[in-house]
Amino acid sequence: MDRTAIIGVGMTTIEAEKRRETFADMTWEAVNKALSDAGMTIADIDNVVTTSSDFWDGRTISLMAVGDVSGAAEKNVSCVEGDGTYGAFYANARALSGSYKTTLVTGHSKGSQCVSSLITNAAFDPIYERVLGMDMITASAMQANAYMNRTGVKPEDAALVSVKNHGNALKNPMAQLPMNITVDDVMASEMIADPLRKLDCSPVSDGCCAVIIAHESVATKFKQKPIWIRGLAFCTDSFFFGDRDLARSKALTEAAKKAYAMAGIKDPRKEIDLVELYDAFSYQELLWLEEMGLADYGKAAARLKAGEFNLDGALPVNPSGGLLSGHPVIAAGLYRIAEIVLQLRGDAGAHQVKKAKTGLAHGVNGLCGQSHCVWILDKEK
Amino acid sequence: MAKRVAIVGTGQTFHKSHRPDVNGQELINEAVQRALADADLTMKDIDAILIGNMDHFEGINYVDCWSVDGCGGVMKPVIKITTGGTTGASLAIGGYHMVGSGMFEKVLIIGWEKNSESDTTGAITTAFDPIWDRQVFAGAISGLAAEAQAYMARFGASDRDGARVSVRDRKHAMNNPHAQLRKEVSLEDVLASPMLADPIHLLDVCPRSDGACAVIMASEDSAEKICPVPDWIWGTSAHNTYSYLGDGDWGRLTSMEQCAKEVFKKAGIKEPRKELDVIEMYQPYSFAGLIWIEDMGIVGHGEAPQFVWDGNTDMGGELPVNPSGGVIACNPIGATGLIRCAEAAMQVMGKAEGRQVPDVKFAVSTGFGGCMWTNMLLHGKRKPN
Repeated sequence: MDRTAIIGVGMTTIEAEKRRETFADMTWEAVNKALSDAGMTIADIDNVVTTSSDFWDGRTISLMAVGDVSGAAEKNVSCVEGDGTYGAFYANARALSGSYKTTLVTGHSKGSQCVSSLITNAAFDPIYERVLGMDMITASAMQANAYMNRTGVKPEDAALVSVKNHGNALKNPMAQLPMNITVDDVMASEMIADPLRKLDCSPVSDGCCAVIIAHESVATKFKQKPIWIRGLAFCTDSFFFGDRDLARSKALTEAAKKAYAMAGIKDPRKEIDLVELYDAFSYQELLWLEEMGLADYGKAAARLKAGEFNLDGALPVNPSGGLLSGHPVIAAGLYRIAEIVLQLRGDAGAHQVKKAKTGLAHGVNGLCGQSHCVWILDKEK
Repeated sequence: MAKRVAIVGTGQTFHKSHRPDVNGQELINEAVQRALADADLTMKDIDAILIGNMDHFEGINYVDCWSVDGCGGVMKPVIKITTGGTTGASLAIGGYHMVGSGMFEKVLIIGWEKNSESDTTGAITTAFDPIWDRQVFAGAISGLAAEAQAYMARFGASDRDGARVSVRDRKHAMNNPHAQLRKEVSLEDVLASPMLADPIHLLDVCPRSDGACAVIMASEDSAEKICPVPDWIWGTSAHNTYSYLGDGDWGRLTSMEQCAKEVFKKAGIKEPRKELDVIEMYQPYSFAGLIWIEDMGIVGHGEAPQFVWDGNTDMGGELPVNPSGGVIACNPIGATGLIRCAEAAMQVMGKAEGRQVPDVKFAVSTGFGGCMWTNMLLHGKRKPN
């Protein structure tokens, strides 16, 4: 198989409400930042994959809102609906199929214009489940309870994820919620859906991220040092909660296993230097780490407490502050990829981790992590 | 190394205006079962699934996740591609890249729509810019009427020319058991049918349908083992012109011209009129059967009406267009582009039964949607070089 690399990234700041900016304005900013980062012009891009959601955008054919500013009018183009890691997966396949050399991937979201509970309620089965009034938060609370019941992890343990990630965000100028808080602050914050308190939940956010993926034949032709794509995979579990073990996530285990195999990684705990994962809620960071094989099941909390996942720990997790510090749905996974790229290049600034050769980026689709996408990126080819 | 890619199986529902007997997952499953049976494969053989529809027609968020019980995606990679009317064709192009990448050996591609559950025009209207375009854009028909008016003004075509295309497609649909509307009509019937948006009469335009289509693609490593005559994908192209109504070159479909040039160049096709054997075009209304074959380069600008009147695009003609009856005979929107792809594949594979065009070596299928966007696939009997 041919090799591919990421040769440019661009992010807008993540904010609670970008009132002055349309989808197109945000995308224009991220695309131009990515082009400038790569030392390219839009003429150097030969195709475009946008990632957007008609539901989150409140528009049919949501691609129409951002195609023009992505330079798509004169190029081949497509649109993946779901998390940005899936859009980037398709973009990577377009390079590997020998069809294209340079693919621009965008992902945008304006949570500020959304009623999240209605939009995520629409992800439940229209006949059997929707009338129960479930949404992403109540569903995740069920998963948090299932996980805590199974493992003995306490809400206070998960709260430490929020403390760490908001603390990391203090060093990331793109983050929406840099905060110096304690476990007590998290436990004293408003109860949203037991056991999830306000500071256990990611915020509503606006933002756009753009990433440029290149085929190996052109990966070194531009300004930036390429970050190589070593392995990637995605996998989808059952839909109905009754068909799943909510306290586990076997789709993530499967996706991670495939991504490791493709990357030739035998011992992920030793070979992966840092992780940017989809911590939409505090407990998810622990569960996802465990299901990716980076901690034993039920044991991530203890390692977190020991400081291993801190910025200066043995395995820094979400040095950017993660989703808890800014969650533009759809774009969020693409931000994870872009953050890993910056870290591996040594360009992450104040939140740069020390050892950064191999990084893992992670995205999620659907309710309570029904579908996961795992990327292994590397400084070396 | 990139892999060559072929279609090895297709399946469709029997499309209807309303399928109250099934829910969305069951509708999807009908098409999936037929495609698996056609290729003589089971779900275990499938490495990944691509699925698409238009969200606001059924009002289901994260369809890739919701659909797994119907599509067979439990513990498999499932990804959603959605581009409006072009969705079905975008999915086919997506399948081509996924298999061509070497990451997946066999993929299942599914387009579906249960339009009976939707307010179709209400949903489509929200595609347009809320400030500048939405107030003047009343769904799909008005935009198409503007295109037809511009074409008639620029090239002197008449509403009778458009009606002739509708008569053709509705006649062709008689040969297709999957088509929703199977009733022959005369020119007079079309012209006497209610005017929807001048010059488009009711019988000039597509219906809205419930239906699903599934296509299985495999790489060159297994395609010929699965199927004696696979349908090889020679090239794909997707062009979206600008998204504001004022930016269009009305009366021409520039995206079709861009796709045709790109795909024909890839395959070394210089005279498409002679070298193509059949076209399955996403043609949502009759006048597109004139305008868009000109932009595809089959005939020169303004020459399509005479070409069609002379019977060249009829079954038995020089270059049959829409042997299936096309979109005018059925339109489950998210599936429609993929049905064109499946029908073209069936023509190449020799499986098109009553609507088979003899000895098809090259076929073209297209998707249409968004803001005058085109997607295109070139299908061939011979393995690409």
